[in-house]
Amino acid sequence: MAPRRAPEATAGRGSLENLLASREIIVACGPGGVGKTTTAAAAAAMAAARGGGKVLVLTIDPARRLANALGLEGIGNTERRVPDSAFASAGIKPRGQLFAAMLDTKESWDDLIRHHAPDDRTRDEILANPLYRNISGRFVQSHDYIAMERLFEIHSEGIYDLIVVDTPPTRNALDFLDAPERMAEFFSSRLLRWLIVPYRSRLVNFASKPFYQVADRILGTQFLADIAEFFILFQSMYDGFIERARAVQRLLADRRTSFIVVSTLETVPLREAEFFAQAITERKLHLGSIVLNKVLPDYLRDPAGAAVAERLRDRAQEIAEAVAPTIGVPDTAQVRRVLAEVGQNYMDYRLVAQSEAEKRTELFTTAEAVVSVPYFETDVHDFAGLMRLGAGLWGE
Amino acid sequence: MVGLLDRRLVFVTGKGGVGKTTVAAALALFASEHGRRTLLCEVDAKGDVASFLESKPTSFTAGEVLPNLWAMSMDTEASLREYLRLNLRIPVVGRIGPLAKAFDFVATAAPGVREILTVGKLCFEVRERHYDLVVVDAPATGHIIGQLAAPQAINELVKVGLIRSQTDWMLDILSDPLQTGVAIVTTPEEMPVNETIELVDRIGKETTVELASVIVNRVLPELFGRSEEEVFDKLCADSATSELTRLAGADPGPVLTAARLAVTLRRTNAGHLERLRTALDPAVPMLYLPFLFARYHGLRSIRQVARSLGEELGF
Repeated sequence: MAPRRAPEATAGRGSLENLLASREIIVACGPGGVGKTTTAAAAAAMAAARGGGKVLVLTIDPARRLANALGLEGIGNTERRVPDSAFASAGIKPRGQLFAAMLDTKESWDDLIRHHAPDDRTRDEILANPLYRNISGRFVQSHDYIAMERLFEIHSEGIYDLIVVDTPPTRNALDFLDAPERMAEFFSSRLLRWLIVPYRSRLVNFASKPFYQVADRILGTQFLADIAEFFILFQSMYDGFIERARAVQRLLADRRTSFIVVSTLETVPLREAEFFAQAITERKLHLGSIVLNKVLPDYLRDPAGAAVAERLRDRAQEIAEAVAPTIGVPDTAQVRRVLAEVGQNYMDYRLVAQSEAEKRTELFTTAEAVVSVPYFETDVHDFAGLMRLGAGLWGE
Repeated sequence: MVGLLDRRLVFVTGKGGVGKTTVAAALALFASEHGRRTLLCEVDAKGDVASFLESKPTSFTAGEVLPNLWAMSMDTEASLREYLRLNLRIPVVGRIGPLAKAFDFVATAAPGVREILTVGKLCFEVRERHYDLVVVDAPATGHIIGQLAAPQAINELVKVGLIRSQTDWMLDILSDPLQTGVAIVTTPEEMPVNETIELVDRIGKETTVELASVIVNRVLPELFGRSEEEVFDKLCADSATSELTRLAGADPGPVLTAARLAVTLRRTNAGHLERLRTALDPAVPMLYLPFLFARYHGLRSIRQVARSLGEELGF
């Protein structure tokens, strides 16, 4: 591994720089729609550009233009080097190397089965089982588990100095944190063994047991048999799975791993983000930073600005008449409308900016750093945009 | 196409962060104010519905939170209990604890079982005509397909048994555009629009439910027309600065920059909206809700969104 540059002593509470320089894994989580994926990509790009070493961003579902910017278009599970020409397009010569990979849930599950299956026949039977196909493709919680599993896999290969991972949007904030543990519990459950007993031993008259009576009436015998077959096949991989899920869990709790919670200052995402941060702390995981995205610019809260805006709005007629000759517009009514709109617009945005600022001060957190990233007028659609966001994450 | 309020079951979905719960609550509120006995059901039990409607916390048993408006939160285990109580007269139901646990276990492994308990409860409320309209604050785009397609999935996986016959009537309700529809909420931003376009495609291909409407939330106002923008550009020119500073009493820089920001944002959004409109079947109504420049949230903002929604629905 390439040596990592020591963090600047000056980088402080408003920057991700120290955190990314001192950890091996950064897990970006938070509510949906706050720019989590883009933030993860920008943080990784900055770490590669400024810090050096090999940095990987493992993303879940990037926007097409972000995928393009990372050179990820049409790429699945395998990691790809982001070419230096991408950095060059943003006028940057990176110290290290940036890699990117996109998580393909189905492919990752299949890899996992191939890895754990005791023999080829079991492998093929599992891959062909209708329940397995449903679980790996459609089933929501399987995404949470596989993201953490893939992270573990890549980390254990030891190729990268830093891995930044984006998390899937979860139904419940805690799903992906609990996924490895739940998976382990699931496969070690006594219920599981109880459920498949009748299908292993024809000596037991399972139809007499009340559970099977009810289950049979609800689900039908064939479906129960399908479920049992699936579990019997899976049981052959039981030890491997449990061990793996526990190892994933340990890695998340390791001091080499840190979590960042991404949010905006809107009411609902922020409430969810606080819930995330609390859950991370409660689980004794390391909460490295809270990143506040799309924060409206400070000039919107300028008191002098408000006075000007009100004057433009309330005395639009008078000011329009005075300024019209200077700008060479004969239609003063039109100038009045523009001035009034401009004034009102400032007051509208100011209201939102002020409410954001209040929420920012109320934000209680144990995170080492709280980073505010300004609102950019356009979406991130090229590498330069990504680096601009990255600079924001470095507190610049 | 059948109007949103004329259906009996409306799923409101959308990418996280676009205001899905707000719109679902506003739709339910508007319907209840227009004579529909309405049930609002929160599927992801986060408690947002109660917070927006400023009511006491919702539970599986629907409670009347405002006149004519009931609210509940989904709980698959409670749904299972209700189902067993109504459908199976089996003595074991008395010992439901371990049964629910076992079922929970099977549900974790067998995809669609949990979803069917959710959809089943919603369809049950529709079938029993307990309400005129059931509005569902449904899961986000990533999960809604699994939910809407659950009865079909079960129907394919399970060939016989009670649950098989149960999915038939659910499919009848879900597949009937006179009764059921999905409304997708989006904002005029890149990712939400992308997800909406993808979701529209998947709803058509993977479910039998009709797309009833696409609701664009947080649409920014248009500050000026084209000729007014020329005037604005002239006001921003260096030659106008000193005169404008004198007239306004201080540096107008921040105010002009803010207007520039608003114009750029509106323009970027317009591009995404255009993309959305082009991708959609013209028969699907698009409704537009304005961005709320407001400090308050809760019931007051829900009322405001409900008013805008009403105007868009032609009331």
